Amino acid sequence: MSEVFSLAFMQRAMVVGILLGAVGGFLGTFVVQRKISFLGSGLSHAAFGGIAIGIFLGIEPMLLAIPFTLLIAVLMVFLKKKADISADTSIGILFSVAMAIGIIFLALNDNYSADAYSYLFGSILNVSVIDLWVVVTLTLVIAVAGKIHWGRWAYSTFDMELARTSKLPVETDEYVLTLLISLLIVVSIKVVGMLLLGAYLVIPAATARIVSRTFFQMSVLSIVIGAVSSIAGLILSYFVDLPSGAVIILLQAILLLVLLTAKRI
Amino acid sequence: MPDYAIKTSGLTVEFGNNIILDNINVEIENGDFVAIVGPNGSGKTTFLKALLSIVKPSSGEIKIFGKELDKIKPGEIGYVPQIKTIDRSFPANSIELVLSGVRNRWLGVKSREDKKLALHALELVGAADYARKQISELSGGQLQRVYLARCFASNPKLLLLDEPATGVDLVCESTINELIEEFNKKRGVTVLMVTHDWTAAYHHTNKVMLLNKQLIYYGNKNEAFTELNLMKTFSHLGHKHKVTFGLKSYE
Repeated sequence: MSEVFSLAFMQRAMVVGILLGAVGGFLGTFVVQRKISFLGSGLSHAAFGGIAIGIFLGIEPMLLAIPFTLLIAVLMVFLKKKADISADTSIGILFSVAMAIGIIFLALNDNYSADAYSYLFGSILNVSVIDLWVVVTLTLVIAVAGKIHWGRWAYSTFDMELARTSKLPVETDEYVLTLLISLLIVVSIKVVGMLLLGAYLVIPAATARIVSRTFFQMSVLSIVIGAVSSIAGLILSYFVDLPSGAVIILLQAILLLVLLTAKRI
Repeated sequence: MPDYAIKTSGLTVEFGNNIILDNINVEIENGDFVAIVGPNGSGKTTFLKALLSIVKPSSGEIKIFGKELDKIKPGEIGYVPQIKTIDRSFPANSIELVLSGVRNRWLGVKSREDKKLALHALELVGAADYARKQISELSGGQLQRVYLARCFASNPKLLLLDEPATGVDLVCESTINELIEEFNKKRGVTVLMVTHDWTAAYHHTNKVMLLNKQLIYYGNKNEAFTELNLMKTFSHLGHKHKVTFGLKSYE
């Protein structure tokens, strides 16, 4: 067992797993309570468009995926607000358009498949030192923003209109939250993979909701579940030799099921 | 401070091509308790939301206590929304809901003073027993009391209520209306209450605003429910008002 912790790539993977699990758990509470669970899947698919353009142009895909996903995120909020389109519809429209762009750019490229597939499924064991620092920086940014703004984000998550009557910048906060979620998603794609990212954001928060009596409890518990399940899933996946992202998600789902069942009984 | 609490001049609200409020000119005095009455879709809720800056007017002007809306401080206006719009799946208890109105943010960790303040407000409305209950566990009437406590705790100068007694039983409805009336009389708070209940409007308020996109009537409650006003507002006279008010003109 101890050899697992002595391997450099495993150490990096564990730090990244804990941090992304915790941050995903934290932001996931807003996603779940705002009933925009589709956002995670939508944005991760949207990021695929940016990755495909990067592969086509022969430059680092993440460099294009970040601005591309942020742009799609802004457009999602903008469409919802200005065109009077519901959140899930605006997400549905834009992620399909971004995916279509990605597919076309991949089709124009002769040797795309290997690179593209690595983003579909992700691999936490291939995390580089640069990836690690990117994750640490993002965690710090979200932690500071969360520490300062949690009270008003939570208030507008409960009731946007009430928050507006308290003169809170509800619109700006919605853009900020969506942009932070987008950043988390782009950074997590390499680790969890595009296909599983939505669940990574939603399951810890949904699990925490089952046993929480306040939103603060839900936030703390969701962070803990996200971090602990990531590390447990990572170690388990190492020993059973299965993809870590999928193992983490399944562990989270099992915990959700156990708590749901226990609550019913 | 001016004599009026609210003054609207040419207030018009349009959603797309639909006119929701059409050229509303009204001046509501400080300390009045006003019932806003009108059929569904008459713009009652939109009127409240325009006062709260939730809905932006297409044209016209609103002044509250002589100030532009963006100069109104948080807490100066208390608001009780329609109960059906409240998200009960949110994990929160009564104390947290009350404190959100006082602190203008959601509190994760509450100090002893915060809890004391919230409990006092809940006691005032007879809701102390369910202070620590989750909002998902409260009945409609209990939740409305908590919202009232939320407003009372923040000491507003103007209180806006959107159908506060809808979905609650008759006894509870009466208690809620009495609490609001007491708040209005004891603290001198101006109150605007959207209601479908003409009886409540008649018994608890002193002014009535009849609205059907346009302002049909604003003034003393005793002169509000005339045949002409009701026909203009509802396009029919109904039955309820005959029983309640025994309008001579209609009899």
